[in-house]
Amino acid sequence: MEKTASNINRRNFIKLSGITGAGLMIGLSLKGNNGVGQVANLSGELPAFNLTPFVIIEKSGAITIFNTSPEIGQGVFQSIPALIAEELEVSLDQVTIKQTGGEKQFGPMQFAGGSMSVRSNYTNLRKVGASAKEMLLTAASQQWNVPVTECRAEGGKILHSSGKSAGYGELVEAASKLEVPKSPKLKDPADFKLLGKNILRPDIPLKSSGKAIFGIDISVPNMVYASVAHCPVFGSKLVSFDDTAAKKVKGVTRVETCERIIGKYKYPAVAVIADNYWAALQGRKALAIKWDHQGNETFNSKTYEQRLRNLSKKEGVVAHNQGDFDATFKAAPLKLEAFYETPVVSHSPIEPMNCVASWMEGSKLEIWASTQVPGDIVDSFSKAYNVPDGNLKVNVLFNGGGFGRRLYNDYIHEAVQLTKKIGQPVKLIWTREDDTQNGPFRPMTFSAMKGALSADGKAIAFQHKVIAPSLDASEKENYDPNKPDGTMTEGISEQKYEIANMKNLYVYADSHIPYVAWRAVTSTTLAFAHECFIDEMAVKAKKDPMAFRLGMLTKESDTKNVLQKLKEVSNWDKPLPAGWGKGVAQYEFFAGLGGYVVMVSKKGTGVKIEKIYAVIDLGTVVNPDTVKAQVEGAAVMALTAAIKSGITFDKGQTVQTNYHNNQLVRFNEMPPVDVHILANGGSTIKGAGEPGLPPFAPALCNAIFAATGKRIRRLPFDINKV
Amino acid sequence: MAIYEININSKSYKVDVEPSMPLLWVIRDFVGLTGTKFGCGIAQCGACTVHLDGTPIRSCSFPVSAVGAKKITTIEGVSANVDHAIQKAWIELQVPQCGYCQSGQIMSAVALLKAKPKPTDADIDIAMQGNLCRCGTYQRIRSAIHRAAELI
Repeated sequence: MEKTASNINRRNFIKLSGITGAGLMIGLSLKGNNGVGQVANLSGELPAFNLTPFVIIEKSGAITIFNTSPEIGQGVFQSIPALIAEELEVSLDQVTIKQTGGEKQFGPMQFAGGSMSVRSNYTNLRKVGASAKEMLLTAASQQWNVPVTECRAEGGKILHSSGKSAGYGELVEAASKLEVPKSPKLKDPADFKLLGKNILRPDIPLKSSGKAIFGIDISVPNMVYASVAHCPVFGSKLVSFDDTAAKKVKGVTRVETCERIIGKYKYPAVAVIADNYWAALQGRKALAIKWDHQGNETFNSKTYEQRLRNLSKKEGVVAHNQGDFDATFKAAPLKLEAFYETPVVSHSPIEPMNCVASWMEGSKLEIWASTQVPGDIVDSFSKAYNVPDGNLKVNVLFNGGGFGRRLYNDYIHEAVQLTKKIGQPVKLIWTREDDTQNGPFRPMTFSAMKGALSADGKAIAFQHKVIAPSLDASEKENYDPNKPDGTMTEGISEQKYEIANMKNLYVYADSHIPYVAWRAVTSTTLAFAHECFIDEMAVKAKKDPMAFRLGMLTKESDTKNVLQKLKEVSNWDKPLPAGWGKGVAQYEFFAGLGGYVVMVSKKGTGVKIEKIYAVIDLGTVVNPDTVKAQVEGAAVMALTAAIKSGITFDKGQTVQTNYHNNQLVRFNEMPPVDVHILANGGSTIKGAGEPGLPPFAPALCNAIFAATGKRIRRLPFDINKV
Repeated sequence: MAIYEININSKSYKVDVEPSMPLLWVIRDFVGLTGTKFGCGIAQCGACTVHLDGTPIRSCSFPVSAVGAKKITTIEGVSANVDHAIQKAWIELQVPQCGYCQSGQIMSAVALLKAKPKPTDADIDIAMQGNLCRCGTYQRIRSAIHRAAELI
């Protein structure tokens, strides 16, 4: 999910063009580096200037706003168009929202990941709306021969103080001939009608009636269905297959091979194609495939985990070094060490991986998919399958869950190869077993922690050594294990605690399992070790865990604000009933900053979660209710990762197969989450989708320690047997 | 292959399919109603929940040959204008995130309210624990079911 926004600054050129028949098109140009607000009149020059037209106003008055961020449940179908609509002075009821599909004119930010969508678009898209509004105002004032200052925009109309009014559609032709304002004036946030408000999401009625169309719901004329068999043992080669029985299944038409491409890995696969999906599935079950396991059939989690423990003795690569950790630790009066372990987990979105792909004559390719990365598909598939520029169309549907899984295009590769082979549109659907067994997965991280305190209990030295396979190594062939690896040390050197001597390390462990980003990525496991160990230091210092943390935050910071807010909303200093315990944790990382206070009580041999207080720090918020939903959901996902089985390997393959043995937290297991948003305005905007994950498990486990005296250092654990 | 005449949302459909084909694929691929979703194929996630004579069933594990003359209701048959109390409450409390599991959630919730117009939290726990939501909308679903009970 670290698809960074390095190209944002290129999108600083606001332009206008009159488009015959389409009315006014306003967009951000990819070209030029002339500074924010720089303008040009592009009438008639659209193709040359590579516009990114986010808004179309037609003469009829119809308004279309393009949304570049795939909707994966995070609410961008409302929050992104609202940025434009706010400044354009229209409500979302008045516009048609269209999802973009990686078209070049919409720019490089066509993905959902890294909690980037709102923060990367916040100012640029408001300027798009503001520019269009100013031009419509100018057009009206010229038409009416009145000062523009006497005109205002409201609800899709320009109104004059005399009472005259004109709809945007009536003004659009004249407006399109005007210069684009050099620096459109953005609204005062005090005047916002949409931003910062709990505006209802336009996709919710569709999703409450079965009308929302997801990737799996697409069908196109002449389409066939495919089910694909992969080797359950990772890294096996295909020797041969016998499809005699498969082809006898009624409805099965063909059997073809294809290749699953994910990161640096290429896995052979055999696809059964049929005129309906059930037949394809039956045919696939009837395949007899011979695999050469290449020695991978002995791989298992137990041995690999022991290898990680052994590797922890290595020094590793320095990720961060300040002060003199080694000398301070050696001489410290109080010191402690601990080892933390976390599991591999799956994304398991409820919509299985699927794709409809259609290869047409003349190297034309059309793809329909639930995907987080349409921009990447257009770029990489054009090259991989030699599709000429402009011949590849991607249709992005509502995603039935993303969580990072749909940042990867393995299932799309399979569908494209199959349609290319058979010359017919193919709908490929993975089964839940395919999804659970093949991954890709979030890797485990193991952490060797060291901490030292002064005689009066102040933290003076800290070390977080990560021992784990690498996301980066899973992605590329030429990985260098001797260089720092930011993908595996996320956030461990970015916490605001003022500890003078800190040396953080990473020990690389090689692996042949496809490991990838997962919602909040490795921060989800590293925060567990990091913030539980801070708690262990507080215990050693004989200090209250909240006071200990705040004692290391003498300077003003967002982290300090988050902890203080948590202290307030949880009534931290109020004594708890007997048998209860409370725990706190926070984590700052690439996506943003959040924190929890969790309260538990002893219940039989285990614990019951009594209360969950969450605080997320955003700076500026576009839709508070959507943010709350994101944090509520993140807590559920984090609880699953903490207390359910996770993914394990034996005999070279994934042990878990479906939701019965790769369980998710169910309805009756989830207590409510009380979410508080810190949004004091300002230019810094943090992400909303991911920060609710990392601090949950450590807050829970710190609470369990407070209630029971039992320190949990390995996830997952059984909450009913602590 | 065999011909089945099945009643879905008060309309009759004739399909020629394998008797073992789960109702889910008949509904999605042959009748063309896509609101009912595939999630696991083994009655573990509830995304495929439909009503059989008013009772929620997991259509992914229910062969078409077992339907007989019983009436099937899918999410498309809950209301014509998205105005069932459950749907109104779902919108009011902004329940769905990705939305993929929500057809199944709604079908389970509609059946619950029919059986128990004023369900307790314990009733809701029992009725809804067969429906997984990976986005984690459980707390809103609970609130929305209580809200729908007020709206009815």
